[in-house]
Amino acid sequence: MNNVAFNITRMRASYGNKEVLKGITITILPNSVTALIGPSGCGKSTFIRSLNRINDLIPSFRISGDILYRQKDIYDQETDVVELRRRIGMVFQKPNPFPKSIYENIAYGLRIHGFTIKETLDEIVEASLKKAALWDEVKDNLKQNALTLSGGQQQRLCIARTLATQPEALLFDEPCSALDPISTAKIEELIHHLKKSYTIIIVTHNMQQAARVSDYSGFFLLGELVEFGKTQDMFTAPKDKRTEDYITGRFG
Amino acid sequence: MERHLDEKLQELKADILRMGSLVEHAIGASMEALKQLDRDAAEKVICSDKAVDELELSIDEKSLDLLALYQPMAVDLRFITMAMKISTDLERMADLAVDIAQRVLELAGKPLLKPLVDIPQLAVLAQHMTKDALDSFVKADVFLAKKVILCDKDADSLRNKVQAELINDYIAKDKSAVSRAIPLLLIARHLERICDHATNIAEDVIYMIEAKVVKHHQERL
Repeated sequence: MNNVAFNITRMRASYGNKEVLKGITITILPNSVTALIGPSGCGKSTFIRSLNRINDLIPSFRISGDILYRQKDIYDQETDVVELRRRIGMVFQKPNPFPKSIYENIAYGLRIHGFTIKETLDEIVEASLKKAALWDEVKDNLKQNALTLSGGQQQRLCIARTLATQPEALLFDEPCSALDPISTAKIEELIHHLKKSYTIIIVTHNMQQAARVSDYSGFFLLGELVEFGKTQDMFTAPKDKRTEDYITGRFG
Repeated sequence: MERHLDEKLQELKADILRMGSLVEHAIGASMEALKQLDRDAAEKVICSDKAVDELELSIDEKSLDLLALYQPMAVDLRFITMAMKISTDLERMADLAVDIAQRVLELAGKPLLKPLVDIPQLAVLAQHMTKDALDSFVKADVFLAKKVILCDKDADSLRNKVQAELINDYIAKDKSAVSRAIPLLLIARHLERICDHATNIAEDVIYMIEAKVVKHHQERL
């Protein structure tokens, strides 16, 4: 089981009385990119938000099933949620940098995790920006307010911020939906490079993006995982008629 | 939900059918030219190839446009890529009908070496296989496509029979028969190649419908 990142069995989730995930069973392999597709409201965002317990912030949220990361129960009472979210980082739909300098955007989280030596912070800030393919564009303006960056740069800064705390897995919730095609291409290229070191799950509404960036794909519909498999199989020869209809634009 | 893409796919399908019907006609006409040793009929077959070539280019262009503009997935992707492959096979089949017509021009003006028996039979088989392969494409009929693939060995046997007869009974016995035997040998070869292309089309149709690769894997039929 060492070669499995996430091992999820019969995951059910609900907001109040509304059940949004109806028994999801899926295995996510490390150092791979898994794309989750499906129409709005199908449960895919709830699914990835459950993997680092961001949904805990919603009072009516309930979850059950075996939800393991590296063989440990994510929802165990003894799980350190701050540490969990460090190991399993998340990048959201809209870039959400802090209204601080580029440098501080990355250093802020590091300080929370106990890094205080300036040289160490400098090193990690530089390394993170390089990993996020942003360093060359911002290295001379690290004191500049992050909100002055373009949307694509802001999103890469958010990725750098997530990478700074040395996560193992990255969850992307529609990371390019607010970006232009050039910025989208940069993020996709970045995801491709990052999978060498991280386990990546990406929720996307863009079918072509799912096909381009991922190794495995899952199709969610009405809270169920209808189909999961190798991306090339799903986009050339899906097994389920509902997947076929969705990815060929016949519904959804 | 009716999609704009569906309309475009129908146009592509219509082009394939138009091309297929020209090819079927060319094969039949080349055989008639052979039976009558009719130069004019053979020339007509040769001239008719231009229309097939133009359709091939048009199908390629339309397919590339659809791939670029719609980024099709799944069954749509398989349909378009197979349409491109099928049009290549059809174009080669039309070329082979032209090759037969050229052999007819070589034979015309001389008496036939022998009465034609197996070659017309092979031609009928080639026409049936071509028609069935195209019908299987139109009707998305896997059963019919499989039937075409299984016929290919009959085509090989008939070609071998023609070859053996011409070599053993004519060429080996009478050197002066060579110039009239070789075109017949080649015609049998051209017809057998037409059957191979019909088989390719049937294999592509099965992939298009079931996403199952049977090419080079007949055990999967």
